[in-house]
Amino acid sequence: MKAILSVHNLASDFVTTFWTPAFVAIFLAIVAYAFWPRNKAAFDEAARLPLREE
Amino acid sequence: MSQPSISKSMTIGESGLAAVFAVTAFLCVIAAAKALDAPFAFHASLAAAASLASVFVILNNYFGRPAALPPQEINGRPNYNMGPIKFTAFMAVFWGIAGFLVGLIIASQLAWPALNFDLQWIQFGRLRPLHTSAVIFAFGGNVLIGTSLYVVQKSCRARLAGYLAPWFVVVGYNFFIVIAGTGYLLGVTQSKEYAEPEWYADLWLTIVWVAYLLVFLATVIKRKEPHIFVANWFYLAFIVTIAVLHLGNNPALPVSLFGSKSYIAWGGIQDAMFQWWYGHNAVGFFLTAGFLAIMYYFVPKRAERPVYSYRLSIVHFWALIFLYIWAGPHHLHYTALPDWTQTLGMTFSVMLWMPSWGGMINGLMTLSGAWDKLRTDPVLRMLVVSVAFYGMSTFEGPMMSIKVVNSLSHYTDWTIGHVHSGALGWVGFVSFGALYCLVPWVWNRKGLYSLKLVNWHFWIATLGIVLYISAMWVSGILQGLMWRAYTSLGFLEYSFIETVEAMHPFYIIRAAGGALFLIGSLIMAYNLWMTVRVGEAEVQAPVALQPAE
Repeated sequence: MKAILSVHNLASDFVTTFWTPAFVAIFLAIVAYAFWPRNKAAFDEAARLPLREE
Repeated sequence: MSQPSISKSMTIGESGLAAVFAVTAFLCVIAAAKALDAPFAFHASLAAAASLASVFVILNNYFGRPAALPPQEINGRPNYNMGPIKFTAFMAVFWGIAGFLVGLIIASQLAWPALNFDLQWIQFGRLRPLHTSAVIFAFGGNVLIGTSLYVVQKSCRARLAGYLAPWFVVVGYNFFIVIAGTGYLLGVTQSKEYAEPEWYADLWLTIVWVAYLLVFLATVIKRKEPHIFVANWFYLAFIVTIAVLHLGNNPALPVSLFGSKSYIAWGGIQDAMFQWWYGHNAVGFFLTAGFLAIMYYFVPKRAERPVYSYRLSIVHFWALIFLYIWAGPHHLHYTALPDWTQTLGMTFSVMLWMPSWGGMINGLMTLSGAWDKLRTDPVLRMLVVSVAFYGMSTFEGPMMSIKVVNSLSHYTDWTIGHVHSGALGWVGFVSFGALYCLVPWVWNRKGLYSLKLVNWHFWIATLGIVLYISAMWVSGILQGLMWRAYTSLGFLEYSFIETVEAMHPFYIIRAAGGALFLIGSLIMAYNLWMTVRVGEAEVQAPVALQPAE
């Protein structure tokens, strides 16, 4: 029982410690994707999507 | 034309649903007979009748339809499925008027308490959840479901997935509304704000909502357009998050399978935290993400301009997703909730200001190069003013979540004013704008019956909102200041009833504002009705007509 508890604590400690940097990293990756120069043309095209449907 | 006769057979959906509804009807009759309380017997009877009606409709439709199901495409163009969308548009207008009317009644009851006539069914405590559910879930929900089913088809260039499934979603959702609403009037509630429906209604909503998610996802999956347009991202976030919130906040144990009363699994402060985690994210994902999806499709379409910055839409979407889920604790400032949790909720609420204004800027700037249309097109004006109200209320909200501000504003009418600047200004106006666009599109009309009437609706409703929110600001701040006023000897300066008396004139102004908003919606209903009835049909049908379903 004690062993289970300590494993559980280890896991929850890890999660509570690292979710902040993990989420920040994911978010920064998304921002980089959004502003990556090579993606610009595709996004400009997507912005017109509602206008070119039939 | 005459195809080699395909032998007609029921789809798995038709035979399966008919069988399930037949069994359900039988079980509901038993439940009604064994019911422990009258409202439960009433609801079980309603469900039995609705199940039988469903079996009849499914079989009747099967015998009446051609052997082949409607094709996915006609002449290389998607054969869009507009039937369920027409249904939600109709229901949205109906529930909107009902919800605004009940709002006006309870606003009048607050000004003149005798108006409850000492009848338990129309007490403030029962009508208030009827009002909130009717405007948020019935009116707003039908607008969201209807527009999402439209936008996902159009922006994916694919017919809606499923044959009966879309109908199951829209009719099933409205049946949930009926069960919830009649329950409130009869005193059935689990007393959680915005989550009042009891366990059986919650279970039904879960089934309907999963079907909604599947219909939406299946349509996205079979899309012809490679890119998934940003509006669909917002709709998907709305659908998924509402499912998670609903399951998290509502785990309850019924006292009996044949009674309406249940007890929630959570206890004490955990229950309170779950409730406001749910409550604030209902604001964030039902009233924000879903309606932002409407903004991202309908504003560009109406203004005939591309989305101002697609990059901004991606960044503010994910910022909203990462931040909103933590903001709930600001509803529990200065309670038994741990102090650090309150501060966490406050911090995330303040940070939310950025993605909110990212959305507002993106919506408003989409008009660049088309600002002149605001003068001539009252529908576009309605959409744009809604975005301005969104910016205003998402500035006010973070400010009110700051603990020192909250100590003045909480439990006062300021909160009511804040909610209504968001609900009437943002959600209401963006929904009206979307309905004014959607109805001519799905009924294949050249345009609206009368733009002049839209103009009347716009100005009357705007005046109503201004009266409403300014009255509540003054009343709320006055109330907060009176509650915390001390005499030189350290006694409270005002008794509670004195603060209530001071509210009276503002309650009358608020009711007047609500009445104007209701009148505006009646003008809209007339205009939309006439658009469908006498509007000129679009000559070049952009949408292939399909047999009535």
